[in-house]
Amino acid sequence: MDISADLLINAIVAGLLLGGFYAAVTAGVSISFGMLDIVNIAHPAFIILGSYIAYFININFGVDPIVVSIVALPAFYALGAVVYQVYYQSFERRGQESLRGLAFFFGLLFITEVSLILVFGVDYRYVEAAYIGPSIHLGLIDLPLRMLVPCLVALALFGALQLFVTRTFLGRAILAVSQDQLALQLMAADPIRIKRIAFGISIATASIAGALLIIIQPVEPSVGRDYIGRIFAICVLGGLGSMPGALIAAMLLGVVESLTSTFYGPSWSPAVAFGFLLLTLAFRPAGLLGR
Amino acid sequence: MNALKFSLIAIGVGLLVLAFAHWLGLDYFYYAGYTILQFIVLATAWNILGGYCGYVNFGSAAFFALGAYSSVFMHKLYPLPVPVLIVIGAVVSGVVGFGMGYLTLRLRGAFFAIATLALAVVLQTLVVNWDFVGGSRGAYIIRPETLEFAGFEINYIEYLFVLMLILAVLALATARTIERSQLGFGFATIRDDEMAAEASGVPTLRLKLIATTLSGAFMGMAGAPFPYYIGYLQPASTFGLEYAVNSIAMPMIGGTTSWIGPLVGTILLGSLQQIATVTISSAVNLLIVGILLVAFVIIAPNGLVGLVQERLRRRGP
Repeated sequence: MDISADLLINAIVAGLLLGGFYAAVTAGVSISFGMLDIVNIAHPAFIILGSYIAYFININFGVDPIVVSIVALPAFYALGAVVYQVYYQSFERRGQESLRGLAFFFGLLFITEVSLILVFGVDYRYVEAAYIGPSIHLGLIDLPLRMLVPCLVALALFGALQLFVTRTFLGRAILAVSQDQLALQLMAADPIRIKRIAFGISIATASIAGALLIIIQPVEPSVGRDYIGRIFAICVLGGLGSMPGALIAAMLLGVVESLTSTFYGPSWSPAVAFGFLLLTLAFRPAGLLGR
Repeated sequence: MNALKFSLIAIGVGLLVLAFAHWLGLDYFYYAGYTILQFIVLATAWNILGGYCGYVNFGSAAFFALGAYSSVFMHKLYPLPVPVLIVIGAVVSGVVGFGMGYLTLRLRGAFFAIATLALAVVLQTLVVNWDFVGGSRGAYIIRPETLEFAGFEINYIEYLFVLMLILAVLALATARTIERSQLGFGFATIRDDEMAAEASGVPTLRLKLIATTLSGAFMGMAGAPFPYYIGYLQPASTFGLEYAVNSIAMPMIGGTTSWIGPLVGTILLGSLQQIATVTISSAVNLLIVGILLVAFVIIAPNGLVGLVQERLRRRGP
């Protein structure tokens, strides 16, 4: 197979755009799994829920999917806070998070997916917006707006989260919880409240990630499953709890996946993330920028 | 009750079920019964790792499909009798289970769970891209109507039913034996406090690897006869979340600490699903499984067996 230069460059650019989007998808899990130690495997299901909300409002009222997702943020935050409360009361407090907590999230994933199937069916759904379709051409490089807009929104989301975590009082409190919950309790702060807020934020990001997903590709309820491997591969490769690490890992995965699908065919790309995950776990479990 | 006695009783119960099925003479009973027996094997296999060691495997579908697809592979290469295929399926899934465990079990438990979740996606990708076993179009396997055995003509579906019955008895007997052996006590120490177990000299990694290999092997065995049962094997349904969720929900609902839990859970949930699939729809039936799973892990963490035990304890002296 001969590799032409512009094909290669375009594949890399497409990969970087995809990587930006992956960063948005991973941001939530970076908080919940990386900082709070909550293995929320249902996160992709919440993302798909976000996609369907964006789809439903977009098709019926013609509102831009990204605007919908921003308006829906408080609802997702509340959903996250409720889920955390149930999780805390039933599992974390009793020290049963490893087996039953995981089964709980798995059940949530399943319920969300099947409910969406019952309501919307298994057809692929897509949204309509002005920026889906046209591309910008920069010399050899093609920049489809369908990919560029989600990537920019994703980077903005990621940047905002990083600023929030490192610069604000609440953000630092979340980092403190991730480091030493007991110490925080001794300083008369309520770690459960902080974790609830953090988990709410983590689920809120799923709203935006969902809207971005349905802009990039048509969505059906079980699409989320392809993202489980990707999300956790990015999280682990970046280093748990490290947002910059997650961004680098997301870009890396995006580029490798894009190269794989350009040169070997798109049906192989889901396997890439798993290769990343296994290799990281086997050789550098701490990740690129791990603690 | 020792292991021999238990096996004899289990075989006796199995023969009774078979005699009943034969007397009923309904093909539907064999089809429905096969599915339930298959889930007994899957749930018991899941429980060896999940219930005894406390490690969650979300990839039951992957191990099951490995067994099924190794049968398809052998069928295209050189048709062998189904019992031999079951052994091959066990070896393939057991080896993959060992490999997965070796790469991820040295780390925190959550990594193993995530890796098994991703395993299903990757194996599905492999199968979809592998034309020899049917690719994304799926594979047809035409099973014979009957089978000649010692001069008798046996209905083929009855033959598969008997094989699955034997596997179910074998899986239950293995689980029960483990529970009462040193191995089982070792597993329990891992479940309760792995750090303490390691510190007191329990070879935790070796025990965990034994559990993943054994558990994977039984799932592969459950999958091996599946292509002959279903006739048309398609990647999307073979790797479906249905297998993963059922093999977790059944032990969780029945109770994870003893061999009887997965059995009770499977019989209840399996029969419920057979009824719901026929009377309502298969999507609703999966929704019921999901809701029951979440409800049970929140309200009754020790499953039905746990509820009964608690009641007995309260009533007792």
